[in-house]
Amino acid sequence: MAVIDLLVPKLPDTEVYGALARFPTTRALYRACEQVRDAGYTRWDAHTPFPVHGLERAMGLPSSKLPYIVLATGLGGAALGFLLQTWVHTSAYPLVISGKPLLAWPAFIPVTFELGVLGAALGAVIGMLALNKLPMYYHPLFRSRAFERVTDDGFFISIEAWDPRFDLDKTVALLRASGAEEVEIIPGERSAVAGGGAEVEGGRG
Amino acid sequence: MSQHARSVSEQQFYLPSSGWWGNLRVIGLAVGVIAAAVSALLAAGNETQLYYSWLVAFLFFLSIGLGSLFFVLIHHASKAGWGIVVRRLAECTAACLPALLLLFVPVYLGRADLYHWTDAEAVAHDHVLQNKVAYLNVGGFVVRALVYFALWSFLALLFLRLSRRQDATADERLSRQMIRWSGPAILIFALTLTFASFDWIMSLDPHWYSTIFGVYFFAGSVVACFAFLSVITLTLQQAGCLRDVLTQEHFHDLGKLLFAFTVFWAYIAFSQFLLIWYGNLPEETSFFFGRLQGGWLAVSRLLAVGHFVIPFFFLMPRSVKRRRPLLLAGAAWMLLMHWLDLYWLVMPNLHGEGPRFSLLDLTCMLAVGGLFLAVLGTLLRSGALVPIRDPRLLESLSFENS
Repeated sequence: MAVIDLLVPKLPDTEVYGALARFPTTRALYRACEQVRDAGYTRWDAHTPFPVHGLERAMGLPSSKLPYIVLATGLGGAALGFLLQTWVHTSAYPLVISGKPLLAWPAFIPVTFELGVLGAALGAVIGMLALNKLPMYYHPLFRSRAFERVTDDGFFISIEAWDPRFDLDKTVALLRASGAEEVEIIPGERSAVAGGGAEVEGGRG
Repeated sequence: MSQHARSVSEQQFYLPSSGWWGNLRVIGLAVGVIAAAVSALLAAGNETQLYYSWLVAFLFFLSIGLGSLFFVLIHHASKAGWGIVVRRLAECTAACLPALLLLFVPVYLGRADLYHWTDAEAVAHDHVLQNKVAYLNVGGFVVRALVYFALWSFLALLFLRLSRRQDATADERLSRQMIRWSGPAILIFALTLTFASFDWIMSLDPHWYSTIFGVYFFAGSVVACFAFLSVITLTLQQAGCLRDVLTQEHFHDLGKLLFAFTVFWAYIAFSQFLLIWYGNLPEETSFFFGRLQGGWLAVSRLLAVGHFVIPFFFLMPRSVKRRRPLLLAGAAWMLLMHWLDLYWLVMPNLHGEGPRFSLLDLTCMLAVGGLFLAVLGTLLRSGALVPIRDPRLLESLSFENS
C-alpha cells in the first residue's frame, strides 16, 4: 500500500484546485486557449471529447520530452541486451556453439534489437504515464457535474490554483472574457470531503 | 486549424520554361549523349569495366524508377491523402521505366563479360551451372527482361495516364479505378522486381544464391525513391515550383518514410548476413567472404555505418525532417549510399581484391543519369506537377502531422 502510494502522483494540498470554464465550440476553445496562453499561464489544460488538431499550438505547449525518454530507454535496453549476452557467453558460461567465436556479435543482434524495442516501448508507456501524472486515483475536476459533458459536447479549460499567475477573481474574469459559457471554481484536496463545485456564473441556456 | 485552404498560384503547378528544370530534357540529353560517347571511347580495350560500370549506373536509375512505381501503387492501395501533392512526381519518375529498356541494351551486349553462366564452355565443366541451365540461359534472360519491362511500362504508363486523364476530366471514378488496379499491380511488381534482381545482380555470381535478395534490392530501391523524391521536390521549390504546395508537413512525411525504409534496408541486409553467417554453408558464404576481406572490408563497413548508423541518428529527430536544407543533405547522402550499395553488390565480381574506381564509373552514371533525367524532364513538362483535379487534393494541401 505504502509503496503504491509513492508511485501515485499527488496534487498540491490546497483549498481550491482551480477554475474550470466551458466553451461551446472548438473555435471558441481555440480562441480562449490563445488568450490564456498569451496571459502567461503555465499550469493549465484543455479538455475535449475528441482530439482537436492544432490545439497544442493554440495552447503554446512545448514539444513533448517523451521522445528523449524513449530514445534513452531504447538505447539502454539494447545496451543491456548486448552486454548481458557478452557477459553470459564470454565469462559466465563460455561455450563454443557451431564453431563460432565466444563473442559472436552477429548472433547477439536479434536479442539486442528486441530488448531495444522492449526498452523503447516500456519507456514510451511509462514515460507517457509519468508525464501525464498518471495513475491518479481521483481528479478534482471530476467533482464538477458540468465537467461530465467533456465526454459528450463540452470543451473545457482548467487553470490550476498553483499557477504563479492564478488569482481567483482575475482568472475567472479572464475566462469569462474569453468567451466561456460557464465558469466554476473547483475545490481542492483540502475541502474535498463535501464535494460539489461552487457555481460562479450560470449557463446561458 | 487543419482544414484551411491555402491560395496557390496556378503557375506553381507547372515546370518553369527556363532554368535547369525547364531545360532539363535538353541538358540531360546533352550530358547523357556526351557521357555515353566518352564512356565508349574510354572503354576501348577495357570493355569489361564499361559493362560493369554501366550495370551499376543502370541499376541505380532503375531502382529509383521501380521505387517510385512502388510509391504510386502503395499510395493508391492505402488510399493515402497526404502524398497526393508528390504523387505526380513519382508517377513521372516511374514512367521513365520504359526508356530504361534502351539503357538495358548495353547490359545485354555485355552479357559475356558480366554473366559467367552465358559461357557454354564454362557451363559444360560446371555441375552447379548445368543444374541451373533451365533458368540461367540467354534466351530466358532476354525473354524475362522483356516481360519485366513490358509489365513495368504497362503499370507505370497506366497510372500516369489515368492520373492525367483526371487532370482534364476531374472524374472521381478514375481514383477508384487506380485504387482497384493497385492491388494486383503490387503482386506483379513484387514478382518482377524479385526476379529482375536475381537475373541482373545475383546471377553475376551464379553459384551463389540468397532467397531474401529480392527484398534487399526492393528495400534499397524504396530508400532511393524517397531520397530522390525529396531531392527533386526540394530543388523544384528552389526553382519556384510547388512553393506553396508542399509544406514542411509533407517533407516531414517524406523524411519519415526515408528513415523507415533506411531502417528496413538495414533489417533486411542484416537478416541476409545473419542467416548466411550462421548457416556457414560454402555456396552461400562466398558472397560475404569476398566482401569482408581485402579492400572490400572497408566498403562493407562504410555501407553499414553510412547506409544505416549515420542516417538512423541523423534522420531521427523531427526537427531534421522538417528543415529543408537538412532533409536535402540527408536525402542526397542516402542517394550516394544507395549507389555505394549497388557498387558493393556488383563490383566485387570484377575487382575481387578491392574497389578500384574507374573514370567509367562516373561517365556511365552521367550517361544513364542524363538520359533518365532527360526523359523525366520531358514527362514533367508535358503536364501539371500535381494531380490538379484529384478529388482529395485539398486534403493533401492542408495536411498536417498531428
